[in-house]
Amino acid sequence: MPLPLRSLHAFAGGVHPLGNKNTDVLPSIHLHGFKEVELLMQQHIGPPCTCVVKPGDHVDVGTLVGRADKPMSVPIHSSISGTVKEVHYVVSANGAPVEAVRIESDFNHTINPFCKPPKVESFEDFVQMIRDSGLVGLGGAAFPTYIKINPPKNKMPDTLIVNAAECEPYITADYRQICEHPDDIIDGILEVMKWLEIPKTIIGVEDNKPLVTRIFSHEIKKRIYKTGKHPDIEVRTLKTIYPQGAEKMLIYTLTGRKVPPGKLPIDVHTLVMNVSTLRFIGLYLKEGIPLTRKRMTLDGSALNTPGNFIVPIGARIQDIIEAAGGTREEPKKIIMGGAMMGVALDRIDHGIIKANNAILVFGSEETTLPPESPCIRCARCVNSCPMDLIPCGIDKATRLRDTEMLEKYHVMDCIECGCCTYACPSKRFLTQSIKNGKVMVRAERARIKKEQELLAASQQKGGSSPS
Amino acid sequence: MKLQVSHSPHVRDKATTQSIMLDVIIALLPATIAGWYYFGIRAVLVTMVSVASCVIFEYLSRRVMKRNNTISDLSAVVTGLLLAMNLPVSIPIYMVVIGAAFAIVVVKQMFGGIGNNFVNPAIAARIFLVIAFPKAMTSWVVRVGEWYSLKSVDAVSSATPLTQIKAPDAPSLWKLFIGDKAGCIGEVCILALLIGAVYLMVRHVIRPWIPMAYIGTFFLLVFFFGHSNVFNFSGDLLTSQGWADLFHESLYMLLSGGLILGAFFMATDYVTSPLTTKGKLLFGMGCGILTFLIRYYGNMAEGVSFSIILMNILTPHIDDWTMGKPFGEVKENAKV
Repeated sequence: MPLPLRSLHAFAGGVHPLGNKNTDVLPSIHLHGFKEVELLMQQHIGPPCTCVVKPGDHVDVGTLVGRADKPMSVPIHSSISGTVKEVHYVVSANGAPVEAVRIESDFNHTINPFCKPPKVESFEDFVQMIRDSGLVGLGGAAFPTYIKINPPKNKMPDTLIVNAAECEPYITADYRQICEHPDDIIDGILEVMKWLEIPKTIIGVEDNKPLVTRIFSHEIKKRIYKTGKHPDIEVRTLKTIYPQGAEKMLIYTLTGRKVPPGKLPIDVHTLVMNVSTLRFIGLYLKEGIPLTRKRMTLDGSALNTPGNFIVPIGARIQDIIEAAGGTREEPKKIIMGGAMMGVALDRIDHGIIKANNAILVFGSEETTLPPESPCIRCARCVNSCPMDLIPCGIDKATRLRDTEMLEKYHVMDCIECGCCTYACPSKRFLTQSIKNGKVMVRAERARIKKEQELLAASQQKGGSSPS
Repeated sequence: MKLQVSHSPHVRDKATTQSIMLDVIIALLPATIAGWYYFGIRAVLVTMVSVASCVIFEYLSRRVMKRNNTISDLSAVVTGLLLAMNLPVSIPIYMVVIGAAFAIVVVKQMFGGIGNNFVNPAIAARIFLVIAFPKAMTSWVVRVGEWYSLKSVDAVSSATPLTQIKAPDAPSLWKLFIGDKAGCIGEVCILALLIGAVYLMVRHVIRPWIPMAYIGTFFLLVFFFGHSNVFNFSGDLLTSQGWADLFHESLYMLLSGGLILGAFFMATDYVTSPLTTKGKLLFGMGCGILTFLIRYYGNMAEGVSFSIILMNILTPHIDDWTMGKPFGEVKENAKV
């Protein structure tokens, strides 16, 4: 077997946090028997869905609960069978109020009879089918997939990039996905390639996961043997470095193309999809059950049995932790997502959403919050920034509330990967500071825009009155 | 259940300000010990007084200013050590204390403490002492007879190699390299300094850009525009002696004075040097040019100190000029 090609391009910066992929050898376990789920009506980037059920309604697995009325929005389906108990507003994990539907399980797990494999005959069918499935980018960003695969006609992608980097510490959900369902992933890739007429696919895998490269190479060969067709799918190993799986970094490493600030991958004619997203496409075409379950990694020193679990979307975090084996010490910190970019939670009755791929339950040994000390300008943040920004400068500008300086430092280009904060020896909260800086810049830009509009309006008035 | 809530990332690198400072101290030790070896027990005394008074002044000024105490970050120890390394062994002890006070109280704490000083405290203190006590700061000794002698008056005054390159008793390059020469406590043993420098680079505490640019620029300038430069070279390049002669002045200039100490340990001071690689190269080149100009055209032997401190002052501007474009930014949509 020829060795997979090593990528030639490397982005500057990045950090090497401990991998902590403790759960990569553990097969995923289906978790059932949740008493209730709480489905948020906004699980994607874009406007929220309209709730179409009312208390007392009976729902099955796959029954539409939230209808996507607006563009950029994707429908939400019930993940269990049971009765709708309540439609109310809750505070989501990121602090925003959002409508939620509480469904009590009847423990029957009946599947909605309308769920059957979709018939796809054209590109439009394909896009509609993806939208109806409720699919969003499962890598974590929750960008509606149907938008991604339906780019403007002048910007059709020529390369499909499959993100199998999984560079976040602890998380192994994608790894298990690949180990357990490589055939579905290849199916998904072939479907996307077929309907979008993409000639080439590159699968990017970090070099600390040699098994994944072998599984993919084997699976592609098997496919060639079975069908006699040679799809142009290439597996490439990437240097293990965080944030290798960040979209812009991944595109650059694999193709040498740089996505300009504020632009999308499609602007450089690439389509980046996560392996889990592609697996779902493959699976949906076979089974027709919308996105209702999610594979996620549970890890952290406070857990009895870390591992990968497949859970219904909307299951409450506390129930998932309980069903997955419970805790052996009192958790000190619970993180939704990875250790580098995840959100630390203050309460754990949130229902999980489509894009969640990990819950980290840290005990006292992992929970640290070192105090901030003054910046010594060691430039570790500058050297670690994959976007070539100057985090310590942005931090300073934010603390001075100097929006002009923030713009000069290109604060809006930050991808919030957390490398600078990870690397900082003074333990400064650079990422947090940069996020605050972004808020300030947005506010300032809005203020200037409004001022100009007012000025223009008053000039119009002033100009017309003398005549 | 009480949960800690903090912003991502939730894992942090092991390095702390303290661990970095400790690395610098470890890297400075070989040269310090070599200085003690060459200059005797009085050098140990000067070092101890300098470090102790820096730490005490740091503690006191933080207390007086009612700020949290920062002596545990070890930066005052580094300043004390660097200051001692930049002093001649014969200096009166009270001057060491004055120097330490100037470095810590005036240069560092009055500007806000660690991270906020705009020039390197140790260099500023050295320059202050040179200006305030020119005689004491420029009386050099070569290997005092009794190693244990604490007295300074017995010391045999001597010119530093810098001022005696033309003299017939000028030390050989090898002697300059291992440190058997007159000079400040920490600057004499180039070998020990280089060991420390390699340690710093292996530990990723410093990057080689500033020393490389500094030493490279200075070497080339001396090579091309020194007193016996490549243009007026009259020796015979066909013999090995000829080649040695050709490089003699440039190497001599590199190995004498505080250039190596300055380039690796003081110009690389985080707080007072630029952030980006481009800026660091520019900074090093500036230091090299200034050192050359001061050594060849100035009337003081303080080339390294002055050039570094002048470039320290320029650092904010260098940072501005070398900010660079973000990843993927193309010319058309670069913001002005």
